Amino acid sequence: MAKYKTHLLVCGGTGCKASASDVIKDKLTRELDEKGLADECQVVMTGCFGFCEKGPIVKVLPDNTFYTQVTPDDAKEIIEEHIIKGRKVDRLLYKDPTSKEEISDSKHMGFYKKQMRIALRNCGFIDPENIEEAIARDAYAALGKVLGEMTPVEATQIVLDSGLRGRGGGGFPTGLKWKLTAQEKADQKYVVCNADEGDPGAFMDRSILEGDPHTVIEAMAINGYCTGATKGLVYIRAEYPLAITRLKIALEQAREYGLLGKDILGKGFDFEIEIRYGAGAFVCGEETALIHSMEGERGEPTFKPPFPSVEGYRKKPTNVNNVETYANIPVIFLKGAEWFSAIGTEKSKGTKVFALAGKINNVGLIEVPMGTTLREVIYEIGGGIKDSKKFKAVQTGGPSGGCLTEKHLDTPIDYDSLIACGSMMGSGGMIVMDEDDCMVSMAKFYLEFTVEESCGKCAPCRIGNKRLHEQLELITQGKGSKENLEKIRDLCGVIKDTSLCGLGQTSPNPVLSTMDNFWDEYIAHVEEHKCASGACKDLMKYIIDAEPCVGCTACARVCPVGAIAGERKGPHTIDQSICIKCGACVDKCKFNAISIK
Amino acid sequence: MAKVKSLADLQKLKADLQSKVDLREKGDRSENLVQIKVAMATCGIASGAKQVMEFFMDELEKRSIASVVTQTGCMGYCYAEPTVEIKLPHQDPVVFGYVDLKKADEIIEKYIKNGELVDGIIPQNYQTIDENN
Amino acid sequence: MEFVNLTIDNKSVKVEKGTSILEAARSVGVEIPTLCHMKLDDVNIENKPGGCRICVVEVDGRRNLAPSCCTKADADMVVKTNTMRVLNSRRTVLELILSDHPADCLICAKSGNCELQDMAHKLGVREIHFKGEQSTYKEDFSPSIIRDLNKCIMCRRCETMCNEVQTVGTLHAVNRGFMAVVAPAFEMDLEKSTCTYCGQCVAVCPTGALTEVDHTNEIVRALADPKKKVVVQTAPAVRAALGEEFGLEPGTLVTGQMAAALRRLGFDYVFDTDFSADLTIMEEGTELLGRLGKHLAGDKDVKLPILTSCCPGWVNFFEKQFPDMLDIPSTARSPQQMFGAIAKTYFADKIETKREDMVVVSVMPCLAKKYECQREEFATDGNPDVDYSISTRELAQLIQRANIDFNTLPNEDFDHPMGESTGAAVIFGTTGGVIEAAARTAYEVHTKKKLEKVDFEELRGMEGIRSATIDFDGLPINIGIAHGLGNARKLLEDVQAGKSEFHAIEVMACPGGCIGGGGQPLHHGDSSVLKARQLALYKEDKNKPIRKSHENPYIAKLYEEFLGAPLSEKAHHLLHTHYFDKKKDIEIE
Repeated sequence: MAKYKTHLLVCGGTGCKASASDVIKDKLTRELDEKGLADECQVVMTGCFGFCEKGPIVKVLPDNTFYTQVTPDDAKEIIEEHIIKGRKVDRLLYKDPTSKEEISDSKHMGFYKKQMRIALRNCGFIDPENIEEAIARDAYAALGKVLGEMTPVEATQIVLDSGLRGRGGGGFPTGLKWKLTAQEKADQKYVVCNADEGDPGAFMDRSILEGDPHTVIEAMAINGYCTGATKGLVYIRAEYPLAITRLKIALEQAREYGLLGKDILGKGFDFEIEIRYGAGAFVCGEETALIHSMEGERGEPTFKPPFPSVEGYRKKPTNVNNVETYANIPVIFLKGAEWFSAIGTEKSKGTKVFALAGKINNVGLIEVPMGTTLREVIYEIGGGIKDSKKFKAVQTGGPSGGCLTEKHLDTPIDYDSLIACGSMMGSGGMIVMDEDDCMVSMAKFYLEFTVEESCGKCAPCRIGNKRLHEQLELITQGKGSKENLEKIRDLCGVIKDTSLCGLGQTSPNPVLSTMDNFWDEYIAHVEEHKCASGACKDLMKYIIDAEPCVGCTACARVCPVGAIAGERKGPHTIDQSICIKCGACVDKCKFNAISIK
Repeated sequence: MAKVKSLADLQKLKADLQSKVDLREKGDRSENLVQIKVAMATCGIASGAKQVMEFFMDELEKRSIASVVTQTGCMGYCYAEPTVEIKLPHQDPVVFGYVDLKKADEIIEKYIKNGELVDGIIPQNYQTIDENN
Repeated sequence: MEFVNLTIDNKSVKVEKGTSILEAARSVGVEIPTLCHMKLDDVNIENKPGGCRICVVEVDGRRNLAPSCCTKADADMVVKTNTMRVLNSRRTVLELILSDHPADCLICAKSGNCELQDMAHKLGVREIHFKGEQSTYKEDFSPSIIRDLNKCIMCRRCETMCNEVQTVGTLHAVNRGFMAVVAPAFEMDLEKSTCTYCGQCVAVCPTGALTEVDHTNEIVRALADPKKKVVVQTAPAVRAALGEEFGLEPGTLVTGQMAAALRRLGFDYVFDTDFSADLTIMEEGTELLGRLGKHLAGDKDVKLPILTSCCPGWVNFFEKQFPDMLDIPSTARSPQQMFGAIAKTYFADKIETKREDMVVVSVMPCLAKKYECQREEFATDGNPDVDYSISTRELAQLIQRANIDFNTLPNEDFDHPMGESTGAAVIFGTTGGVIEAAARTAYEVHTKKKLEKVDFEELRGMEGIRSATIDFDGLPINIGIAHGLGNARKLLEDVQAGKSEFHAIEVMACPGGCIGGGGQPLHHGDSSVLKARQLALYKEDKNKPIRKSHENPYIAKLYEEFLGAPLSEKAHHLLHTHYFDKKKDIEIE
């Protein structure tokens, strides 16, 4: 039985694979065989290292040597020099871009790791159903510190100093929000955790609650202490059964350990948390709608002011924070406001969790320091675009956000720069699109979501978005004209300007940002009635080219609607008025005679 | 469990728990104890993590390998679910992606029994709060 | 009191802190248009969901336009209500609302009286730029109210009335997004819901989404039928409001012109519900004194307080929401039903007409009366005591349709015998009136002394819940008054809990009483209209030669010739009723 002394890890991420990393693996294996080292050294293919820029990557264990931009021809040298002679291949080592020094041990190149986990620090480490594992990793230590060493005002000041801003999308300074609620005088106050995550494709909050529920409980208790609230409520959508189960277990355990309830840690502070279920309405992520929903009323927003900090749940001062926001709180107290505010950009501190999805290789839940560029996220962490297609756009901020394009790739991700580019941070959905995606359809998709999710209270959102969607529908059906585009722009402006809540005020963003960035595509849809990506079915045609067509009748036989006619052994034609564009004929044709126009 | 009545209690509890975990990792039985964490968030479960976890529990017992199998939350590698972290005694943990039952069997036979790495390792590509000081 | 100074359309404005921009603007003559906002000061009702977005204005320094109805005026604010941006947005929003609204104005029940139509006119909308799908909902016909939700603009006024004011809880916003609309839960029909048919939703609906069931054609048909004797009765509150439909100032009394108009419409006998209001006092007053007497004699089983029962919305309310308290209200029928019962017996005999050949029509400020007259217990062999009940608005419509120039009509009197009434009956039309009328009679009957001061000022007003103690010659009688069903609920819950100190409580379902009824000319959010109507009724009372029900000579004659005495067996049969548990009929799917 082999007992390997050394492992060679070859990156099998899509980017590296595209640069022949499997050939590298084969060559390394062959070299080892030839040198009779197959029993001592093993070659293994791994997932993406998140350093695609310098791929292909080969990492040697146990000495952590990190080779970059390796080619198949380098295999021999790596084996002969490094494995046999124990000498690192200097020319393949990563060079520090500033000092130009070679760094051999990957332990010293943490900087290549684009991600940093603060909110997700315990996700994937602890058993979320075991409070002891959480405590071993410092859960409730921050609460202990706050209760033992600080006044509410001092503790709030730390949150203020940290520069933490709301992670639900709005980006309002968290410390300030706490302060506003603390200032109010009332016999009862509440703190609410907003776990009504609703952006399409976003699951940051769910993951935190499923992976580390105690961090949220602890943060809410700290929040309660700072604002003078003795009751906490978690508003969570009923579609998150696992998160609910784990949160319930965590609450139970926290009570059992005396970390919730009366006289917590002997400091005379009482705090309890209850769970409230949401039925999954997107608009209930808006804090006033959320509060109404918790009160048993219709989940629809009301005009602010009064803000919840003055008049919230049951008309009492209420502080509402998002799950991810809370997940940052304990770390801020343990590591200090200064530590936290050193991460990120000038006005956006700390990290942000994103649910990276779409046409990207490494779909995943990522957490990056504010200020990381979109390029780093997409090409390094995300491993680039699937199937080596061309990047077209990335959508952030969900139905309230916008599309960012090639020219925005080097934009640092923070609240303000994203808004400056016509999008927004949002709660953390990040959807990558490639050349096959139609931007008009994309805008239509998000609008469809808003139309579904509008509460219907105010006229511009209720009717305006519906009309906007209808206009886009016309365009994607080839029935639109430039006049429709003007109408869309006008209507977008009015909806933004007059809607009651954030949902309506931002709902035109996906349309406006695609119009700004992909105007040509809109024009092509209305003037030439063409959709370059082929996504708009109504705008494409299947055509049989008479020349390669041999009249085999295979297409005519497979057509489900009988749209294809022609003599046997003669060229066939498709009746466009009947064709439903199912594409069955294309698949059947052996002569490549059918094409999409 | 008695209630944690003060900050001192909490600190003591933490120290105890940490040493308990350390003991698990470095103690007498460390030669035999393998720690396995299965990412059991909704996404992982949807991809089959539950079956994988059960497989590890049953098979490691059948194959007489002293081990602890626990669940954990999302590791973030959605593209590679189900994901499993294996920590062999005295070694850094290794995360494997795309772990189906076949892969799980391979991991037990090759990595756990022999320390032989298998394809599908997911390198840790993020910094932790402790690295960033 | 703190004041703030701000500028609206270049005018400086000083208002109390907390005032909305909308009201601040109004105070300097800038009328910002709105569709959803409604404020009835005197009865303390405000609807401001901020939903229509018509009232948006530009506030310097704000990113978005601000809804003036829910934005508070702040110090040094600079507000512009008519910039290009505002006008364009306002019009676009209105076009959007119109794009989801049927364009059948020509034949809509609300045509000419529709706030949406007026707004389209005011803003000069000549084209709807955004055409598209229109929402469609099933129509709902109840005995009193028709809901045509395709015309609902989600102003939520009806919802405010139904929930906050009336606490009936029938109407709520349901569905989401484009399909959002105000309807009973699960979009069930009103008939199966908790609806009391009080009609306050109809009274505030700015469009044709909520209207009354129209019975005018049935009336015209009956009037044209030579075989039918058509008898009409008009409720007290109608005379104080009908004139508004003909351009007269609110509060103009048109009793004489109304009688003249009814005669010209072809009614064979023009009578007055005031007559049966006097009759109600005789029955209800006697019942009150009876229960009071037993109570004073130490009878522990007697139910006090006694609750008035002349308001059909109120009767529906307690039948549907308090079925355990059906033995508390007076058993006296409402004046409308007493009138019908007497007309089709006593009066029919007098004119030697068979019941089937008589048609009794009532003109009511009320929509619940339409339902009431259809109740099975108010019919003999399937022939109802009152055949049709029409609203004040429907009467105005009939008058217009018949080319009658209302404003030039002479004052005429009601016919005898059922047209004669006292001042006590007239005030039935306002909150506090029924109990005041009862007090005038009960005092004299109980004390056997002449009541010197007929006006019980302490029972009058517009406060939602009022109370007073009246001295019945040494016996203090505690009186409670509630108008608006939400207020009634409070008093009723006290009774339920055994905490009520009252001997008698008057309840009227509508804010202000019948003067603010669901069948009255629309007040369009101006509560001064209600006050003017109230004053008119007190004026009519004051001018009446007889002001106590028991002094009405025709009532005395009725007892003498026909009924015997109050609470006699015949009176019981014709003038009293019993109540049903209707909670069990409410459909909860």
